[in-house]
Amino acid sequence: MIATIKEIIGGAKSLLVGMSITAKYGMSKTVTAHYPFETLDITPNFRGHIDLVVNTKTGKHKCISCMMCQRTCPSGCIEIKAEKPEGAKKKQLVEYHLDFTKCSLCGNCVEVCPTKALEYSNEYNLVGTSRHDFHFELVERVVKRADAMGIVVVEEKAEEPKPEKAAAEAPVGDDNSE
Amino acid sequence: MSDALIQLIIILALALVVVAYAFGNSAILVWVERKLCGHIQRRPGPCEVGPFGLFQTAIDGIKLMGKQIIIPRNADKRLFMVAPVLSFVPPIIALMVIPFSKHVQVRDLDIGLLFVLSLAAMNVLAILIAGWSSANKYSLFGAVRAVAQNVAYEIPLLICLITAVMWTGSLSLGDIVNAQGGTWFIFYPWGFVAFLVYFITGMAETNRAPFDMPEAESELTAGFHTEYAGMGFGLFFLGEYTNMLLMASLATALFLGGYNLPFIELTGDGVMTELLRVFIFLAKAYGMIIVMIWIRWTFPRVRFDQLMNFCWKILIPVSMANLAITALVMKLGEL
Repeated sequence: MIATIKEIIGGAKSLLVGMSITAKYGMSKTVTAHYPFETLDITPNFRGHIDLVVNTKTGKHKCISCMMCQRTCPSGCIEIKAEKPEGAKKKQLVEYHLDFTKCSLCGNCVEVCPTKALEYSNEYNLVGTSRHDFHFELVERVVKRADAMGIVVVEEKAEEPKPEKAAAEAPVGDDNSE
Repeated sequence: MSDALIQLIIILALALVVVAYAFGNSAILVWVERKLCGHIQRRPGPCEVGPFGLFQTAIDGIKLMGKQIIIPRNADKRLFMVAPVLSFVPPIIALMVIPFSKHVQVRDLDIGLLFVLSLAAMNVLAILIAGWSSANKYSLFGAVRAVAQNVAYEIPLLICLITAVMWTGSLSLGDIVNAQGGTWFIFYPWGFVAFLVYFITGMAETNRAPFDMPEAESELTAGFHTEYAGMGFGLFFLGEYTNMLLMASLATALFLGGYNLPFIELTGDGVMTELLRVFIFLAKAYGMIIVMIWIRWTFPRVRFDQLMNFCWKILIPVSMANLAITALVMKLGEL
Protein backbone atom coordinates (compact mmCIF):
# COMPACT_ATOMS: atom_id res chain seq x y z
CA MET A 1 0.00 0.00 0.00
CA ILE A 2 2.69 2.47 1.08
CA ALA A 3 4.91 1.28 -1.74
CA THR A 4 2.11 1.95 -4.24
CA ILE A 5 1.53 5.45 -2.89
CA LYS A 6 5.24 6.15 -3.05
CA GLU A 7 5.30 4.91 -6.63
CA ILE A 8 2.39 7.15 -7.57
CA ILE A 9 4.01 10.22 -6.02
CA GLY A 10 7.40 9.44 -7.55
CA GLY A 11 5.80 8.81 -10.92
CA ALA A 12 3.83 12.04 -10.80
CA LYS A 13 7.02 13.93 -9.96
CA SER A 14 8.84 12.39 -12.91
CA LEU A 15 5.95 13.32 -15.20
CA LEU A 16 6.21 16.94 -14.05
CA VAL A 17 9.96 16.92 -14.67
CA GLY A 18 9.35 15.67 -18.21
CA MET A 19 6.74 18.35 -18.82
CA SER A 20 9.03 21.08 -17.51
CA ILE A 21 11.70 19.96 -19.97
CA THR A 22 9.35 20.11 -22.95
CA ALA A 23 8.05 23.47 -21.71
CA LYS A 24 11.60 24.79 -21.57
CA TYR A 25 12.32 23.67 -25.11
CA GLY A 26 8.93 24.83 -26.28
CA MET A 27 9.70 28.34 -25.07
CA SER A 28 13.24 28.48 -26.43
CA LYS A 29 14.11 29.63 -29.93
CA THR A 30 13.63 27.26 -32.82
CA VAL A 31 16.75 26.02 -34.52
CA THR A 32 15.32 25.46 -37.99
CA ALA A 33 16.83 27.45 -40.85
CA HIS A 34 14.08 28.55 -43.23
CA TYR A 35 15.96 27.00 -46.06
CA PRO A 36 15.30 28.77 -49.32
CA PHE A 37 15.34 32.16 -47.59
CA GLU A 38 18.10 31.37 -45.18
CA THR A 39 21.12 29.13 -45.66
CA LEU A 40 23.63 27.81 -43.19
CA ASP A 41 27.40 28.20 -43.47
CA ILE A 42 28.89 24.99 -44.74
CA THR A 43 31.74 23.46 -42.81
CA PRO A 44 35.07 23.71 -44.67
CA ASN A 45 35.37 19.94 -44.38
CA PHE A 46 32.30 19.48 -46.60
CA ARG A 47 32.94 17.02 -49.41
CA GLY A 48 31.29 18.38 -52.50
CA HIS A 49 32.49 17.71 -56.02
CA ILE A 50 36.11 18.51 -56.70
CA ASP A 51 37.25 21.90 -57.85
CA LEU A 52 40.57 23.31 -58.96
CA VAL A 53 42.20 25.41 -56.27
CA VAL A 54 42.34 29.08 -57.19
CA ASN A 55 45.72 30.62 -56.57
CA THR A 56 44.78 33.70 -54.59
CA LYS A 57 47.74 35.69 -55.98
CA THR A 58 47.49 34.98 -59.68
CA GLY A 59 43.85 33.93 -59.90
CA LYS A 60 44.85 30.82 -61.79
CA HIS A 61 44.76 27.10 -61.08
CA LYS A 62 47.77 25.14 -59.90
CA CYS A 63 47.34 22.15 -62.18
CA ILE A 64 50.45 20.87 -63.96
CA SER A 65 48.52 18.38 -66.12
CA CYS A 66 50.32 15.35 -64.71
CA MET A 67 47.15 13.27 -65.25
CA MET A 68 47.52 11.55 -61.88
CA CYS A 69 43.93 12.30 -60.89
CA GLN A 70 42.58 10.96 -64.15
CA ARG A 71 44.57 7.78 -63.74
CA THR A 72 43.69 7.22 -60.11
CA CYS A 73 39.97 7.88 -60.42
CA PRO A 74 38.18 4.52 -59.83
CA SER A 75 35.02 5.71 -61.56
CA GLY A 76 36.72 7.31 -64.52
CA CYS A 77 34.92 10.59 -64.16
CA ILE A 78 37.86 12.91 -64.83
CA GLU A 79 38.93 13.75 -68.34
CA ILE A 80 41.84 16.10 -68.81
CA LYS A 81 42.90 17.72 -72.03
CA ALA A 82 46.35 19.29 -71.90
CA GLU A 83 48.60 20.63 -74.62
CA LYS A 84 52.23 21.58 -74.92
CA PRO A 85 52.47 24.66 -77.06
CA GLU A 86 55.57 24.94 -79.24
CA GLY A 87 58.54 26.22 -77.34
CA ALA A 88 56.86 25.93 -73.98
CA LYS A 89 58.52 24.03 -71.21
CA LYS A 90 55.38 22.89 -69.44
CA LYS A 91 52.16 21.28 -70.51
CA GLN A 92 49.17 23.52 -70.19
CA LEU A 93 45.75 22.52 -69.04
CA VAL A 94 43.09 23.20 -71.63
CA GLU A 95 40.07 21.33 -70.30
CA TYR A 96 39.36 19.63 -67.01
CA HIS A 97 36.14 17.76 -67.47
CA LEU A 98 34.42 16.25 -64.39
CA ASP A 99 31.46 13.91 -64.80
CA PHE A 100 29.94 14.25 -61.34
CA THR A 101 27.21 11.70 -62.05
CA LYS A 102 29.82 8.94 -61.86
CA CYS A 103 31.81 10.38 -58.96
CA SER A 104 31.67 8.45 -55.68
CA LEU A 105 33.42 11.22 -53.72
CA CYS A 106 36.26 8.89 -52.70
CA GLY A 107 38.72 11.76 -52.77
CA ASN A 108 41.60 9.78 -54.28
CA CYS A 109 42.16 12.54 -56.86
CA VAL A 110 42.57 15.17 -54.15
CA GLU A 111 45.00 12.97 -52.23
CA VAL A 112 47.08 12.01 -55.20
CA CYS A 113 47.54 15.52 -56.60
CA PRO A 114 51.24 16.45 -56.30
CA THR A 115 50.63 20.21 -56.37
CA LYS A 116 47.50 20.20 -54.19
CA ALA A 117 45.62 21.71 -57.09
CA LEU A 118 42.32 20.02 -56.19
CA GLU A 119 39.90 20.74 -53.38
CA TYR A 120 36.33 19.88 -52.43
CA SER A 121 33.82 22.56 -53.30
CA ASN A 122 31.24 23.76 -50.79
CA GLU A 123 28.35 23.52 -53.19
CA TYR A 124 25.48 21.42 -51.90
CA ASN A 125 22.64 23.04 -53.83
CA LEU A 126 23.24 20.93 -56.90
CA VAL A 127 20.03 20.58 -58.84
CA GLY A 128 19.55 19.87 -62.49
CA THR A 129 16.92 18.79 -64.96
CA SER A 130 19.26 16.47 -66.88
CA ARG A 131 22.36 14.50 -66.06
CA HIS A 132 24.36 16.77 -68.35
CA ASP A 133 23.93 19.50 -65.76
CA PHE A 134 26.43 17.61 -63.62
CA HIS A 135 29.22 17.56 -66.17
CA PHE A 136 31.45 20.34 -64.91
CA GLU A 137 34.20 22.15 -66.75
CA LEU A 138 36.58 23.01 -63.95
CA VAL A 139 38.87 25.36 -65.92
CA GLU A 140 35.90 27.57 -66.72
CA ARG A 141 34.84 27.40 -63.10
CA VAL A 142 38.28 28.63 -61.98
CA VAL A 143 37.87 31.75 -64.11
CA LYS A 144 34.40 32.38 -62.70
CA ARG A 145 35.39 31.71 -59.13
CA ALA A 146 38.46 33.94 -59.35
CA ASP A 147 36.13 36.61 -60.66
CA ALA A 148 33.70 36.02 -57.81
CA MET A 149 36.52 36.15 -55.28
CA GLY A 150 37.59 39.50 -56.72
CA ILE A 151 41.06 38.36 -57.78
CA VAL A 152 42.63 40.14 -60.71
CA VAL A 153 44.12 37.54 -62.97
CA VAL A 154 47.83 38.22 -63.39
CA GLU A 155 49.27 37.16 -66.71
CA GLU A 156 52.80 35.77 -66.55
CA LYS A 157 54.88 38.35 -68.45
CA ALA A 158 57.69 36.11 -69.67
CA GLU A 159 55.38 33.60 -71.29
CA GLU A 160 52.88 36.09 -72.56
CA PRO A 161 52.98 35.11 -76.24
CA LYS A 162 52.67 31.43 -75.48
CA PRO A 163 49.16 31.40 -73.98
CA GLU A 164 48.07 33.24 -77.10
CA LYS A 165 49.44 30.43 -79.18
CA ALA A 166 47.71 27.96 -76.97
CA ALA A 167 44.48 29.86 -77.48
CA ALA A 168 45.06 29.79 -81.21
CA GLU A 169 45.52 26.07 -81.12
CA ALA A 170 42.54 25.50 -78.92
CA PRO A 171 40.03 25.20 -81.78
CA VAL A 172 42.12 22.35 -83.16
CA GLY A 173 41.64 20.56 -79.87
CA ASP A 174 37.92 21.10 -80.16
CA ASP A 175 37.94 19.57 -83.62
CA ASN A 176 39.71 16.53 -82.24
CA SER A 177 37.09 16.09 -79.59
CA GLU A 178 34.40 16.01 -82.21
CA MET B 1 -48.18 27.91 -33.03
CA SER B 2 -46.06 30.70 -34.50
CA ASP B 3 -44.37 30.97 -31.13
CA ALA B 4 -43.25 27.34 -31.36
CA LEU B 5 -42.05 27.98 -34.91
CA ILE B 6 -39.91 30.90 -33.79
CA GLN B 7 -38.52 28.74 -31.02
CA LEU B 8 -37.66 26.05 -33.55
CA ILE B 9 -35.93 28.53 -35.84
CA ILE B 10 -33.91 29.90 -32.94
CA ILE B 11 -32.86 26.42 -31.90
CA LEU B 12 -31.89 25.50 -35.46
CA ALA B 13 -29.89 28.69 -35.88
CA LEU B 14 -28.08 28.05 -32.60
CA ALA B 15 -27.41 24.46 -33.61
CA LEU B 16 -25.88 25.77 -36.83
CA VAL B 17 -23.66 28.09 -34.82
CA VAL B 18 -22.54 25.16 -32.66
CA VAL B 19 -21.69 23.07 -35.74
CA ALA B 20 -19.74 25.96 -37.28
CA TYR B 21 -17.96 26.43 -33.99
CA ALA B 22 -17.04 22.73 -33.87
CA PHE B 23 -15.51 22.95 -37.34
CA GLY B 24 -13.63 26.16 -36.57
CA ASN B 25 -12.46 24.72 -33.28
CA SER B 26 -11.00 21.64 -35.00
CA ALA B 27 -9.24 23.76 -37.60
CA ILE B 28 -7.68 26.00 -34.97
CA LEU B 29 -6.78 23.10 -32.67
CA VAL B 30 -4.98 21.22 -35.43
CA TRP B 31 -2.95 24.35 -36.08
CA VAL B 32 -2.26 24.85 -32.35
CA GLU B 33 -1.27 21.22 -31.98
CA ARG B 34 1.16 21.31 -34.89
CA LYS B 35 2.59 24.62 -33.77
CA LEU B 36 3.10 23.49 -30.16
CA CYS B 37 4.53 20.16 -31.28
CA GLY B 38 6.92 21.98 -33.56
CA HIS B 39 8.13 24.36 -30.89
CA ILE B 40 8.60 21.53 -28.38
CA GLN B 41 10.79 19.85 -30.98
CA ARG B 42 12.46 23.22 -31.69
CA ARG B 43 10.90 23.50 -35.15
CA PRO B 44 8.66 26.41 -36.17
CA GLY B 45 5.69 24.23 -37.17
CA PRO B 46 3.48 25.34 -40.06
CA CYS B 47 4.66 28.81 -41.05
CA GLU B 48 4.32 29.25 -44.81
CA VAL B 49 0.59 29.24 -45.63
CA GLY B 50 -0.90 32.51 -44.43
CA PRO B 51 0.26 34.48 -41.40
CA PHE B 52 2.03 32.08 -38.99
CA GLY B 53 0.76 29.19 -41.14
CA LEU B 54 -2.81 29.78 -39.98
CA PHE B 55 -4.38 28.71 -43.28
CA GLN B 56 -2.50 25.41 -43.33
CA THR B 57 -5.45 23.53 -41.83
CA ALA B 58 -7.86 25.05 -44.35
CA ILE B 59 -5.62 23.92 -47.20
CA ASP B 60 -5.32 20.46 -45.64
CA GLY B 61 -9.09 20.28 -45.30
CA ILE B 62 -9.53 21.12 -48.98
CA LYS B 63 -6.97 18.48 -49.84
CA LEU B 64 -8.82 15.87 -47.76
CA MET B 65 -12.13 16.78 -49.39
CA GLY B 66 -10.61 16.44 -52.83
CA LYS B 67 -9.32 12.97 -52.18
CA GLN B 68 -11.04 9.83 -53.37
CA ILE B 69 -12.84 7.78 -50.74
CA ILE B 70 -11.66 4.23 -51.19
CA ILE B 71 -13.79 1.40 -49.82
CA PRO B 72 -11.92 -1.90 -49.44
CA ARG B 73 -13.39 -4.80 -51.41
CA ASN B 74 -14.24 -6.96 -48.40
CA ALA B 75 -15.46 -4.07 -46.28
CA ASP B 76 -19.00 -3.82 -45.02
CA LYS B 77 -19.80 -0.80 -47.19
CA ARG B 78 -22.72 0.63 -45.27
CA LEU B 79 -21.07 0.41 -41.85
CA PHE B 80 -17.81 1.62 -43.34
CA MET B 81 -19.49 4.83 -44.50
CA VAL B 82 -21.50 5.30 -41.30
CA ALA B 83 -18.58 5.03 -38.87
CA PRO B 84 -16.88 8.42 -39.53
CA VAL B 85 -20.21 10.24 -39.32
CA LEU B 86 -20.99 8.43 -36.09
CA SER B 87 -17.66 9.54 -34.71
CA PHE B 88 -18.15 13.17 -35.68
CA VAL B 89 -21.81 13.96 -35.06
CA PRO B 90 -22.35 12.93 -31.38
CA PRO B 91 -19.72 15.23 -29.86
CA ILE B 92 -21.19 18.15 -31.84
CA ILE B 93 -24.67 17.38 -30.55
CA ALA B 94 -23.27 17.10 -27.05
CA LEU B 95 -21.80 20.60 -27.37
CA MET B 96 -25.36 21.95 -27.32
CA VAL B 97 -25.79 21.49 -23.58
CA ILE B 98 -22.41 22.96 -22.65
CA PRO B 99 -22.97 26.22 -20.71
CA PHE B 100 -20.49 28.61 -22.30
CA SER B 101 -22.05 31.33 -20.18
CA LYS B 102 -25.27 31.93 -18.28
CA HIS B 103 -27.30 32.38 -21.46
CA VAL B 104 -24.99 31.12 -24.18
CA GLN B 105 -26.20 27.55 -24.11
CA VAL B 106 -28.43 25.99 -26.74
CA ARG B 107 -30.47 23.93 -24.29
CA ASP B 108 -30.05 23.51 -20.54
CA LEU B 109 -31.36 19.96 -20.17
CA ASP B 110 -32.19 18.68 -16.68
CA ILE B 111 -30.15 15.58 -17.50
CA GLY B 112 -27.46 17.49 -19.38
CA LEU B 113 -24.60 15.48 -17.96
CA LEU B 114 -26.20 12.13 -18.82
CA PHE B 115 -26.92 13.48 -22.31
CA VAL B 116 -23.24 14.38 -22.82
CA LEU B 117 -22.01 11.06 -21.46
CA SER B 118 -24.33 8.95 -23.56
CA LEU B 119 -23.26 10.82 -26.68
CA ALA B 120 -19.58 10.65 -25.74
CA ALA B 121 -19.93 6.88 -25.42
CA MET B 122 -20.98 6.74 -29.08
CA ASN B 123 -17.36 7.42 -29.99
CA VAL B 124 -16.43 3.88 -28.91
CA LEU B 125 -19.20 2.48 -31.07
CA ALA B 126 -17.95 4.48 -34.05
CA ILE B 127 -14.42 3.18 -33.57
CA LEU B 128 -15.68 -0.39 -33.18
CA ILE B 129 -17.75 -0.14 -36.35
CA ALA B 130 -14.87 1.44 -38.25
CA GLY B 131 -12.46 -1.25 -37.16
CA TRP B 132 -14.82 -4.12 -37.78
CA SER B 133 -16.16 -3.00 -41.15
CA SER B 134 -12.73 -2.24 -42.63
CA ALA B 135 -11.91 -5.97 -42.99
CA ASN B 136 -8.37 -5.22 -41.97
CA LYS B 137 -6.50 -6.80 -39.07
CA TYR B 138 -4.85 -3.55 -38.02
CA SER B 139 -8.21 -1.81 -37.93
CA LEU B 140 -9.81 -4.64 -35.97
CA PHE B 141 -7.03 -4.66 -33.40
CA GLY B 142 -7.29 -0.91 -33.05
CA ALA B 143 -11.02 -1.23 -32.47
CA VAL B 144 -10.59 -4.05 -29.94
CA ARG B 145 -8.07 -1.99 -28.03
CA ALA B 146 -10.31 1.07 -28.15
CA VAL B 147 -13.25 -0.84 -26.73
CA ALA B 148 -11.21 -2.48 -23.95
CA GLN B 149 -9.63 0.85 -23.06
CA ASN B 150 -12.77 2.95 -23.18
CA VAL B 151 -14.87 0.48 -21.20
CA ALA B 152 -12.18 0.37 -18.52
CA TYR B 153 -11.66 4.13 -18.34
CA GLU B 154 -15.33 4.95 -18.38
CA ILE B 155 -15.66 3.60 -14.83
CA PRO B 156 -13.33 6.06 -13.05
CA LEU B 157 -14.63 8.81 -15.34
CA LEU B 158 -18.21 8.20 -14.25
CA ILE B 159 -17.25 7.91 -10.60
CA CYS B 160 -15.49 11.28 -10.77
CA LEU B 161 -18.50 12.85 -12.42
CA ILE B 162 -20.76 11.34 -9.76
CA THR B 163 -18.54 12.96 -7.14
CA ALA B 164 -19.05 16.34 -8.76
CA VAL B 165 -22.78 15.73 -9.20
CA MET B 166 -23.13 14.74 -5.53
CA TRP B 167 -21.35 17.88 -4.45
CA THR B 168 -23.42 20.22 -6.58
CA GLY B 169 -26.65 18.22 -6.40
CA SER B 170 -27.74 18.47 -10.02
CA LEU B 171 -27.36 16.80 -13.41
CA SER B 172 -28.07 19.99 -15.31
CA LEU B 173 -24.80 21.57 -16.39
CA GLY B 174 -26.10 25.10 -15.89
CA ASP B 175 -27.12 24.32 -12.31
CA ILE B 176 -23.81 22.60 -11.62
CA VAL B 177 -21.90 25.73 -12.66
CA ASN B 178 -24.19 28.00 -10.67
CA ALA B 179 -23.93 25.78 -7.59
CA GLN B 180 -20.15 26.17 -7.60
CA GLY B 181 -20.13 29.94 -7.93
CA GLY B 182 -16.81 31.43 -6.90
CA THR B 183 -15.61 28.39 -4.92
CA TRP B 184 -14.89 25.91 -7.66
CA PHE B 185 -15.11 22.20 -6.93
CA ILE B 186 -11.38 21.85 -7.63
CA PHE B 187 -10.57 23.99 -4.55
CA TYR B 188 -11.60 21.14 -2.25
CA PRO B 189 -9.04 18.32 -1.88
CA TRP B 190 -11.61 15.69 -2.97
CA GLY B 191 -12.54 17.90 -5.88
CA PHE B 192 -8.90 18.17 -6.90
CA VAL B 193 -8.40 14.40 -6.84
CA ALA B 194 -11.62 13.92 -8.82
CA PHE B 195 -10.40 16.48 -11.35
CA LEU B 196 -7.02 14.79 -11.75
CA VAL B 197 -8.59 11.37 -12.29
CA TYR B 198 -11.11 12.90 -14.68
CA PHE B 199 -8.35 14.59 -16.64
CA ILE B 200 -6.40 11.33 -17.05
CA THR B 201 -9.46 9.30 -18.00
CA GLY B 202 -10.60 12.08 -20.32
CA MET B 203 -7.34 11.78 -22.23
CA ALA B 204 -7.81 8.03 -22.42
CA GLU B 205 -11.43 8.40 -23.54
CA THR B 206 -10.47 10.74 -26.37
CA ASN B 207 -7.69 8.32 -27.36
CA ARG B 208 -5.00 10.94 -27.01
CA ALA B 209 -1.33 10.13 -26.45
CA PRO B 210 0.01 8.74 -24.15
CA PHE B 211 -3.16 6.61 -24.27
CA ASP B 212 -3.56 6.44 -28.06
CA MET B 213 -3.41 2.67 -28.23
CA PRO B 214 -6.23 2.36 -30.82
CA GLU B 215 -4.09 4.17 -33.38
CA ALA B 216 -0.61 3.20 -32.22
CA GLU B 217 1.18 3.74 -35.53
CA SER B 218 4.28 1.76 -34.61
CA GLU B 219 2.23 -1.40 -34.19
CA LEU B 220 -1.06 -0.87 -36.01
CA THR B 221 -0.20 1.46 -38.94
CA ALA B 222 -3.06 3.83 -38.10
CA GLY B 223 -5.30 1.54 -36.06
CA PHE B 224 -9.01 1.77 -36.65
CA HIS B 225 -8.77 4.39 -39.43
CA THR B 226 -6.12 2.57 -41.48
CA GLU B 227 -8.48 2.04 -44.42
CA TYR B 228 -10.03 5.51 -44.39
CA ALA B 229 -8.88 8.01 -46.98
CA GLY B 230 -9.92 11.57 -47.69
CA MET B 231 -12.84 12.99 -45.78
CA GLY B 232 -13.56 9.71 -43.95
CA PHE B 233 -10.29 10.18 -42.16
CA GLY B 234 -10.99 13.90 -41.95
CA LEU B 235 -14.23 13.26 -40.06
CA PHE B 236 -12.47 11.01 -37.56
CA PHE B 237 -9.95 13.78 -37.11
CA LEU B 238 -12.67 16.39 -36.59
CA GLY B 239 -14.40 14.02 -34.18
CA GLU B 240 -11.25 13.61 -32.14
CA TYR B 241 -10.74 17.34 -31.74
CA THR B 242 -14.41 17.99 -30.99
CA ASN B 243 -14.23 15.24 -28.38
CA MET B 244 -11.24 16.97 -26.84
CA LEU B 245 -13.20 20.20 -26.65
CA LEU B 246 -16.14 18.35 -25.13
CA MET B 247 -13.97 16.72 -22.46
CA ALA B 248 -12.30 20.03 -21.63
CA SER B 249 -15.64 21.88 -21.52
CA LEU B 250 -17.14 19.24 -19.25
CA ALA B 251 -14.16 19.49 -16.91
CA THR B 252 -14.49 23.27 -16.93
CA ALA B 253 -18.18 23.12 -16.09
CA LEU B 254 -17.90 20.43 -13.42
CA PHE B 255 -14.61 21.15 -11.67
CA LEU B 256 -13.33 24.57 -12.72
CA GLY B 257 -16.48 26.56 -11.97
CA GLY B 258 -17.52 27.05 -15.59
CA TYR B 259 -17.82 30.73 -16.43
CA ASN B 260 -17.12 31.93 -12.89
CA LEU B 261 -13.99 33.71 -11.73
CA PRO B 262 -12.37 32.31 -8.57
CA PHE B 263 -13.85 33.78 -5.36
CA ILE B 264 -15.52 36.65 -7.23
CA GLU B 265 -19.18 36.49 -8.18
CA LEU B 266 -19.91 38.00 -11.57
CA THR B 267 -23.28 39.68 -11.34
CA GLY B 268 -25.40 41.19 -14.06
CA ASP B 269 -26.77 39.90 -17.33
CA GLY B 270 -25.45 42.56 -19.72
CA VAL B 271 -23.90 41.70 -23.05
CA MET B 272 -20.44 42.62 -21.80
CA THR B 273 -20.68 40.37 -18.72
CA GLU B 274 -21.93 37.55 -20.91
CA LEU B 275 -19.01 38.02 -23.29
CA LEU B 276 -16.64 38.07 -20.32
CA ARG B 277 -18.18 34.83 -19.07
CA VAL B 278 -17.78 33.16 -22.46
CA PHE B 279 -14.19 34.34 -22.52
CA ILE B 280 -13.53 32.91 -19.04
CA PHE B 281 -15.11 29.58 -19.97
CA LEU B 282 -13.18 29.26 -23.22
CA ALA B 283 -9.92 30.33 -21.59
CA LYS B 284 -10.27 27.50 -19.06
CA ALA B 285 -11.30 24.91 -21.66
CA TYR B 286 -8.55 25.81 -24.12
CA GLY B 287 -6.01 26.00 -21.33
CA MET B 288 -6.83 22.39 -20.55
CA ILE B 289 -6.64 21.42 -24.21
CA ILE B 290 -3.22 23.03 -24.48
CA VAL B 291 -2.08 21.01 -21.46
CA MET B 292 -3.42 17.88 -23.18
CA ILE B 293 -1.42 18.71 -26.31
CA TRP B 294 1.64 19.47 -24.19
CA ILE B 295 1.30 16.07 -22.49
CA ARG B 296 0.93 14.35 -25.84
CA TRP B 297 4.25 15.69 -27.12
CA THR B 298 6.05 14.99 -23.85
CA PHE B 299 5.33 11.40 -22.96
CA PRO B 300 5.78 8.18 -24.93
CA ARG B 301 2.85 5.85 -25.48
CA VAL B 302 2.18 3.43 -22.61
CA ARG B 303 2.08 -0.32 -23.11
CA PHE B 304 -1.37 -1.86 -23.19
CA ASP B 305 -1.02 -3.88 -19.98
CA GLN B 306 0.34 -0.79 -18.21
CA LEU B 307 -2.67 1.13 -19.47
CA MET B 308 -5.14 -1.42 -18.12
CA ASN B 309 -3.28 -1.92 -14.84
CA PHE B 310 -3.19 1.81 -14.28
CA CYS B 311 -6.93 2.02 -14.68
CA TRP B 312 -8.03 -1.04 -12.71
CA LYS B 313 -5.42 -0.91 -9.96
CA ILE B 314 -4.97 2.82 -9.40
CA LEU B 315 -7.62 5.01 -10.97
CA ILE B 316 -10.68 3.01 -9.96
CA PRO B 317 -9.65 2.51 -6.29
CA VAL B 318 -8.59 6.16 -6.00
CA SER B 319 -11.81 7.47 -7.48
CA MET B 320 -13.92 5.08 -5.35
CA ALA B 321 -12.12 6.19 -2.18
CA ASN B 322 -12.54 9.77 -3.26
CA LEU B 323 -16.26 9.25 -3.77
CA ALA B 324 -16.57 7.70 -0.29
CA ILE B 325 -14.66 10.59 1.29
CA THR B 326 -16.85 13.13 -0.50
CA ALA B 327 -19.98 11.37 0.73
CA LEU B 328 -18.60 11.31 4.26
CA VAL B 329 -17.71 14.99 4.20
CA MET B 330 -21.15 15.88 2.91
CA LYS B 331 -22.85 13.79 5.57
CA LEU B 332 -20.70 15.34 8.29
CA GLY B 333 -21.49 18.78 6.93
CA GLU B 334 -25.18 18.08 7.28
CA LEU B 335 -24.93 17.04 10.91
